[in-house]
Amino acid sequence: MTVLAVTDLTMRFGGLTAVNDVSFSAERGDITAVIGPNGAGKTTLFNCITGFYKPTVGSIVVSPQVGKIVQLEKLPGHAIARKGKVARTFQNIRLFGGMTVLENLMVAQHNALQAATGFGVLGVLGIGRYRRAERRAMELAKHWLEETDLLDRADHPAGALPYGAQRRLEIARAMCTEPALLCLDEPAAGLNPRESSALNELLLKIRDGGCSLLLIEHDMGVVMKISDHIVVLDHGKKIADGTPLEIRSNPAVIAAYLGEGDEDDPDAPVAESVA
Amino acid sequence: MSGLLDDLKDSASVGFFALLIFGPFIGLRLTDNDAGNLGIATRPEALALAVIAVFAARLLLLTWSRYRPAKTTTSLGTQVQKTGKFIAPALLVFAVVMPLLPGLPNAYIDLGVLIMTYVMLGWGLNIVVGLAGLLDLGYVAFYAVGAYSFALISAQFGLGFWECLPIAGILAAFWGMCLGFPVLRLRGDYLAIVTLAFGEIIRLVITNWVSLTGGPNGLLGMPEPTFFGLRFSMAGGPGTFAGFFGITPAPWQRDAFLYYVILGLALLTNWVTLRLRKQPLGRAWEALREDEIACRSLGINVRNTKLTAFAIGAFFGGFAGCFFAARQSFISPDSFTFIESATVLAIVVLGGAGSQLGVVLAACVMIGVPQMLQSLQIYRMLIFGIALVLIMVVRPRGFISTRRPTVLLGKKPVAIGAELRAEGRG
Repeated sequence: MTVLAVTDLTMRFGGLTAVNDVSFSAERGDITAVIGPNGAGKTTLFNCITGFYKPTVGSIVVSPQVGKIVQLEKLPGHAIARKGKVARTFQNIRLFGGMTVLENLMVAQHNALQAATGFGVLGVLGIGRYRRAERRAMELAKHWLEETDLLDRADHPAGALPYGAQRRLEIARAMCTEPALLCLDEPAAGLNPRESSALNELLLKIRDGGCSLLLIEHDMGVVMKISDHIVVLDHGKKIADGTPLEIRSNPAVIAAYLGEGDEDDPDAPVAESVA
Repeated sequence: MSGLLDDLKDSASVGFFALLIFGPFIGLRLTDNDAGNLGIATRPEALALAVIAVFAARLLLLTWSRYRPAKTTTSLGTQVQKTGKFIAPALLVFAVVMPLLPGLPNAYIDLGVLIMTYVMLGWGLNIVVGLAGLLDLGYVAFYAVGAYSFALISAQFGLGFWECLPIAGILAAFWGMCLGFPVLRLRGDYLAIVTLAFGEIIRLVITNWVSLTGGPNGLLGMPEPTFFGLRFSMAGGPGTFAGFFGITPAPWQRDAFLYYVILGLALLTNWVTLRLRKQPLGRAWEALREDEIACRSLGINVRNTKLTAFAIGAFFGGFAGCFFAARQSFISPDSFTFIESATVLAIVVLGGAGSQLGVVLAACVMIGVPQMLQSLQIYRMLIFGIALVLIMVVRPRGFISTRRPTVLLGKKPVAIGAELRAEGRG
């Protein structure tokens, strides 16, 4: 049961081909990691999947629930979260810094709440289902605040949170859109080892809650420990695809991370960072 | 004591520039000579006085900033925000009873109407600039659309003020959307330029479409607002306000009524804005100001959200325009120049973008102070300008720069400092 199927995806910027004919699929309930050296096209691939770029060629199919499929590349950017149930975080954190933590999570539930306000008129007048919808939204927000250990900071401005908390808040915010597929762009970047292992637990919890994950990550500790499936990109091309065990011993991957033709100690970097 | 020496050097250089600038302005003076021709006289003592004043002021400013206790401006903002709980109701009570104060000259009620009009315009523009973070330099266009809609519709179809009011608002909102569509992709400075041009286009169309709008001559004879069908007429008699209630007609009745009409319209604007802020739509506006890309990733339709901000802001601008036309009974393109947009934007920025109370305070300063200073004649604008510069130096993010969250989990009130809040890049 695939939740995401990328087929023959190519993305060109003028003469530069950032992603070249990549196909892979992610299983429902799995954590799928996309790894590769800098400039391999990981973030471009991500931006295609989350609708920030329109792919030059290829198709991206997502299945928000069993038996339902949505062609992502045909949707306008804002509809991807709503119809495709795909949520994302950003490599350089993008929070609403001047709004509180709780407000950030309420904005994430915009579509569900907006539908309950009756084009805003009933909401302004304070009539109708809006109160109930808002209470439900608060419950969901509280749930994710607890999961990400931010409950006691709910009324703090998001911009004043420490870095690690901002990372967690961004994940909580994405989860408040109730996605079927959560895409994380380097969630462990800049975290200390303790925060990083807490993140691992959080991601596993999200997966066990029924949401599939797709993550870009440089931290091999995170990738090897929690992912069920790894896709390796290099120079915009997929060079390997498999379980962490297979990837660890794949010569093409080792070559890509070390640089080709360098035969000194082929498996050192991967092995080191795993240990 | 190198600090004092530096201060002296700095003040001396400022004094030198003052000499350069004031030299021709104050040092020289045109006179009539005996032959009846123009001559030039010098005023060295006045020039010296001006330069010394600048030097001393600079020195004082520097010394003060060196020795004043370290204090952040946000703490002041938080204080204002806290006392705002009492200031806002107090201002409201004052606004309601003001026209009823005995012995109040009519001119003050008139000034009240003027300030209220700008408060309403400020609150309308606050939706676009303060909440959604879209820099709009052409807000006067919607003011004009509202005024001309009322003038034309009332003349063509014989409708009164109250029937025309919603129509004027809807037409202005329609033009707000028309402006919104082409500028959706623009940000920051580019957005400001296009909105500026839009305001000018509307004004030029009004000026040149003589057959419809009367061109530069303007339009005359709009009906005044009525009190449930009762007119305000000095003649009295049946069908007028004074005649119906059996009182002597007096000019203040009409002025006070107009005052309450605009007060009511402004409070409606305020109420809708405050409610919308706590709604998903209002939160989406603020989120848009903070980070548009994050909004998109959360499934917020950025286009529609921006359009509603433009439309609702324009709607209230149209209301204000309709009221303006009804009060003046005469409108011409001269009332809708760029300086009006700039004034309203200045009110929003001076008040602290996004703050409703700030807009009221800023409107009182921007509109009230120049009127109060009438007696100072030519020095009026000079003092006004200096006052504005001083305000912006002391409070760079406006009177009330803190933001109050729209929803809280705990009970403790929170104010978010201006340094965290984004200003919006369109």
